Amino acid sequence: MGKRIGMEVAIAAAEAVALCNIDVAAVYPITPQSHIAEHVADIIHDGRIDSEFITVESEHSAISACAGASAAGARAYTATSSQGLMLMHEILPIVSAMRLPICMANANRAVSGPLNIWNDHTDIMPQRDSGWISLFTENGQEVIDLSIMSFKIAEDPEVMLPCVVNIDGFQLTHMIEPLEFPSQAEVSKFLPPRKPFASLHPDNPISMGCFAMPDTYTETVLAKETALRNSKKVIAKVFSEWAKRFGRKYNVVETYKAKGADTLMLTMGSMGETASTAVDEMRKAGKKVGLVKLRLWRPFPVEELKAAIQECKTLIVMDRAISTGGAGGPVATDIKSILYGEKKKPRVLNVIAGLGGRDLTVSDFVAMFEMAKKKKDETFEIYGVRE
Amino acid sequence: MNPVQNFEIFAPKLVDRKEYLSAGHRACQGCGEVLALRHILKALGDDVVVANATGCMEIISSGYPQTAWEVPYVHVAFENAAAVGSGVEAALKALRRKGRIADRYVKTIAVAGDGGTADIGLQALSGAMERGHDMIFFCLDNEAYMNTGIQRSSATPFMAATTTSPAGEAIPGQRTQKKNVPEIMVAHKVPYVATACPSYPIDLINKVKKAAAVRGPAYVHVFSMCPTGWRCASEITIKLGRLAVETGVFPLYEVENGKYRLTMEVPEKLRPVGDYLKPQGRFRHLSPTDIEKIQAHVLREWDILLNKVECMQPW
Amino acid sequence: MAKKKTEQKKWPEKWHEVNPGCMVFAAGNAANYKTGSWKSQRPLWDNAKCIKCGICYIFCPEGCIQEKKDGFYEANLDYCKGCGICAHECWPGAIVMREEEE
Repeated sequence: MGKRIGMEVAIAAAEAVALCNIDVAAVYPITPQSHIAEHVADIIHDGRIDSEFITVESEHSAISACAGASAAGARAYTATSSQGLMLMHEILPIVSAMRLPICMANANRAVSGPLNIWNDHTDIMPQRDSGWISLFTENGQEVIDLSIMSFKIAEDPEVMLPCVVNIDGFQLTHMIEPLEFPSQAEVSKFLPPRKPFASLHPDNPISMGCFAMPDTYTETVLAKETALRNSKKVIAKVFSEWAKRFGRKYNVVETYKAKGADTLMLTMGSMGETASTAVDEMRKAGKKVGLVKLRLWRPFPVEELKAAIQECKTLIVMDRAISTGGAGGPVATDIKSILYGEKKKPRVLNVIAGLGGRDLTVSDFVAMFEMAKKKKDETFEIYGVRE
Repeated sequence: MNPVQNFEIFAPKLVDRKEYLSAGHRACQGCGEVLALRHILKALGDDVVVANATGCMEIISSGYPQTAWEVPYVHVAFENAAAVGSGVEAALKALRRKGRIADRYVKTIAVAGDGGTADIGLQALSGAMERGHDMIFFCLDNEAYMNTGIQRSSATPFMAATTTSPAGEAIPGQRTQKKNVPEIMVAHKVPYVATACPSYPIDLINKVKKAAAVRGPAYVHVFSMCPTGWRCASEITIKLGRLAVETGVFPLYEVENGKYRLTMEVPEKLRPVGDYLKPQGRFRHLSPTDIEKIQAHVLREWDILLNKVECMQPW
Repeated sequence: MAKKKTEQKKWPEKWHEVNPGCMVFAAGNAANYKTGSWKSQRPLWDNAKCIKCGICYIFCPEGCIQEKKDGFYEANLDYCKGCGICAHECWPGAIVMREEEE
């Protein structure tokens, strides 16, 4: 194992991106992402890397500037959170349709209203259908590793799609953890400079972002859908390469003590670590419980999830967001959908918890487990709400 | 008659012969905006990248699987031409510096209509100009959201009829005066700001070349005559542009580092504004009193401009 | 006008044939669309009156008026939309618009 240093995860995210030979960064600050924006600025202003830094006047312009930069062939990066991500919303499906491999860090934060700057997943959920690859991180090491890998995945000629790395705001961004960085030489070998499929330059004039009539739009939808689905293969390939080079293996779906479990809990993001400790406790107490941690949110890893959850009797899905007026939490809803046609499937219970930065402790997970076991029906529960 | 100071030889034959926008584009018959774009591209040549906002020029030129553009072109959305252009400019700078593209200067330009400049696009424009990107922003101003069906914009002139400011019984057309975007650009300390009109093609081309010579932000506001939206015959497009200038409705000037300079003949007396308004259906509901009101406003604005020409010093 | 680089894509395209991101690689292939069918009148030059100033060339929104080898001008009727600007602007009145015959 290499040298580990204590560093705030947001700073580490910026340091990881600095290893990636980015050409243009266009970032607008928003709590709790601001440390990422500030540290990228530090790095560039100190001349440590050769990149343009566009101090855009809003997130909408941040993603638009990244679109222009990526279209011109640059490796482009941005970061945002919550309201900023919502402001980018209009442009997100455009850049994925244009096949621009922009990479973004999203510090998961609750969406207004009311205004709340603390962690949950309500900001990334409205971007579900935007055609972006969406990865979740659990700890600082994953933030470093996935931030670097995201460029390789996004720019792969079989993919050419933008990628967002989700980092729980405050809960993860502001943690100081012992972290190991690959060297610049190692990252440069893993991630060469971007070679765009097509770019804007008079040496080969092309038009990008043309509009499509009804006779074509449907075909572009299937093209984008297929590209996003197929990106899972490339993600697995990049994960394997990372394991070979750096010894840390990632999977699109992670499991923890899931073998022989008749109840599985499912989490996404940093709460997975707390849930793991709860699983340890409950296993010690004799309960046959395990944990599934979803690392890849989009494209939804259907086969891997089915393989992980099909054998258990009960699946308790922890959502850190709600689909208001819908069928409960977004993750649970997607899981129920993929299980619909299966002959053998677990009973799926949905607990919505940790909204607006409400902390989730080990005992909370034990309590959620107990609450779910007692449920007679399949309606979702909002854990801990004062009624 | 005043002796003309900067008489420019009117020589279409000296203009670049290459067409950078192919015929086959779907602009309306007699479109002044696409004509302006044609002149702009001739002034810039091959080494340019165009970031275009959604609007007339985007729709008539880039319907998949066809494009009329002979130069590199990107369209993203309606309000972000300046932001996309900022990204393109930064990328070309970084990639050239890092040796990943040819070591030669390529100009970034952003092209938007009056909507994508003065209304929904104003924020991105302000941000880009403040940051000082090496980019020319062209506002092709046909004075309404023409592409979506002639709805009003903040560039629609006073009392003009549009579909969202119709000449009704209670409210006769647009209620506000045209937003002065060139002035906003001068307030941003943009080194080169100019107004231009395709009825004066050599002036337009010379101004574009001047804008291109700036290694920083530049802004050109181009009057774009629109027979479809202004409800007039397609053959008088050029004449209307000339009348707009001769009546003082759209004066031609440039501002270099804060110094104002008229680039048109300064007449003893401007032509009466009625000459410009009468051929256009969007003004047909105007009474003589209305026209007097508009005339007074035009003369006031003209005086303000002449004051600036006389008094403003370079920064 | 020089012949345009024309990329004739097989139409309609299957989903995997659509260019990624709806990019168009053939610059200027809008020339495949002949807007000349739009016109209800066409410009005709009387070279006896023409002074070869080039005004018609510079004011054509289509860019379809070209100088011929002899220095006179003509419109490429494949693209001319018949807007009438050239005839209206011609100083010596050398261009007239004639209604399209059936």
